[in-house]
Amino acid sequence: MSEYIEHDKDANSVGIVEKKLYTFAEPPGEMVLESGARLGPVTLAYETCGTLNADRSNAILVLHALSGDSHVAGYYKGDDEKPGWWDNMVGPGKGLDTNKYFIVCSNIIGSCMGSTGPCSINPKTVLPYGLDFPVVTIGDMVDAQKSLMEHLGIKKILAVVGGSIGGMQVLEWCARYPEMVTAAIPLASTTRHSALTIAFNEVARQAIMADPKWNKGEYYFGPKPDLGLAVARMIGHITYLSDESMRHKFGRRLQDKSDFSFNFDADFQVESYLRYQGKKFVERFDANSFLYITKAADYYDLEKQHGDGSEVKAFSKTDAKFLVVSFTSDWLYPTYQSRTMVKAMKKNGLDVSFCEIEAKWGHDAFLLSNERLSALIRGFLERVYNESRK
Amino acid sequence: MSTTNPENNKMRFDLEIIAAWIEPGSRVIDLGCGEGDLLKFLIHHKGVTGTGIEHNESKVAQCIEKGLSVLQGDINEEVLDYPENTFDYVIMSQTLQQVYEPDTLIRSMLRIGKKGIVSFPNFSHWGCRLQLLLSGYAPVTQQLPYEWYNTPNIRVITIKDFRKFIHDVGFNILKGVAINTHSENRFGKIIDVMPNLRATYGIFLIGNGT
Repeated sequence: MSEYIEHDKDANSVGIVEKKLYTFAEPPGEMVLESGARLGPVTLAYETCGTLNADRSNAILVLHALSGDSHVAGYYKGDDEKPGWWDNMVGPGKGLDTNKYFIVCSNIIGSCMGSTGPCSINPKTVLPYGLDFPVVTIGDMVDAQKSLMEHLGIKKILAVVGGSIGGMQVLEWCARYPEMVTAAIPLASTTRHSALTIAFNEVARQAIMADPKWNKGEYYFGPKPDLGLAVARMIGHITYLSDESMRHKFGRRLQDKSDFSFNFDADFQVESYLRYQGKKFVERFDANSFLYITKAADYYDLEKQHGDGSEVKAFSKTDAKFLVVSFTSDWLYPTYQSRTMVKAMKKNGLDVSFCEIEAKWGHDAFLLSNERLSALIRGFLERVYNESRK
Repeated sequence: MSTTNPENNKMRFDLEIIAAWIEPGSRVIDLGCGEGDLLKFLIHHKGVTGTGIEHNESKVAQCIEKGLSVLQGDINEEVLDYPENTFDYVIMSQTLQQVYEPDTLIRSMLRIGKKGIVSFPNFSHWGCRLQLLLSGYAPVTQQLPYEWYNTPNIRVITIKDFRKFIHDVGFNILKGVAINTHSENRFGKIIDVMPNLRATYGIFLIGNGT
């Protein structure tokens, strides 16, 4: 997902939020990962907005995508340049209304934004894990989130919500812990990556690993593979947009010049944009985390893991109510992928709503301020909340 | 077409008749549910478990915003995914005249549901007949307000035709009324005498049994 710096500083902010840490799975009680490897201790960075009600029935778990973090909405301090990544959706009166719901968002394991990942210290060596960090899966991420929800005293989650890789976690929650999920909202997501998506991820990983500074993942005490990570991010960015949005945003316009430079500087605005996005990204993101998270997403296969190859069977354990949303111009997670999951849900007799929102912004559309998306989520949640209290 | 009057919250007359036929607490699907007024009414007044299918993105969004469970898609395709007898009633209100393969869809309806409720504008209403007879132009009426070249209504159905059609596809008509509506279809009356000539709409409950 992209970074959008043009967030409105609107009046409906959740205000100041605090990043908290929860550490569990201390040895010898490590987390046993899907691969069989053990990981512990595990720390999750998380943030909450809104208030948990007395019967703990209004909790919503927001699941972030590849480069997201626990900072879903609001500000850490008054003079922050920008709010959390989904501030247009999470706040008083917004799609995820913090006046009504208790919103939890945690950073996924394998990431680098406060939760345990390859840049964390390996207690055995007292050095950063690097490639000694075990390969984690979407299922492992969800397992860690379950520990956090238990820590917060939440046995039943009103809704799990997320886009893209966050949407995969939504689906995994429903399959893995069906008794804990009342409703689920996968946005611009899929039950498994297409060859196209895996291909883009692989090119991005190759860009990182081809950077000599990557040094097989051991770069934490020296220069980082910034060039490789920046190229990986640039590839990602292309896939998050669409032909139409790029035409609209950049066209063939030149950046700060009236004619070609006849060298290999950034001539076109789109080149300049991608370079800027790449440069911004390396300031905050760890290259190894990029490798681990994209691998987890590529490995994800709901039907294989939970349905013996059948998507219909994969949804047989859950009785969650679903709101599935796709976007017309999303070519990374196209609508047909949402439709197949909807079909499998219907065959299980599940309560499912589906809308393909017309949006020209490509895969990124789920992150952008969109009154239709907000209204859909608001209406859906209001219903499931009321029905859950009957 | 607006389906409710905001002042007295009165539903369209044809939808009121459909609602009256539905047993409380039943499972209902509305094919071509529009903005979801019938579904919403059935959920709130009849305690049904309801879902809908609608093609138009904006209408789907309005339904979900109202708290309805609605899928965006083509009714001909979407009905195929449901197991047999998932629903007590499968409703298709004023959509049959836009369906390319009515027999296939009717069979699907009575596969996924125990009973079907189908309504459609009656093309043999005297107004239509007179227009064609006297003017020579294809009829344009309040119920079928399009020109021949821009109408979504690709099927010309009369009440008599529908009765024959249901018989031909091997199902039974369990109940049927012909109605005449006026004033944006909020008010109307049931037509008992010469319905094929005098009614603007036909509404039928169909099924396998008697």
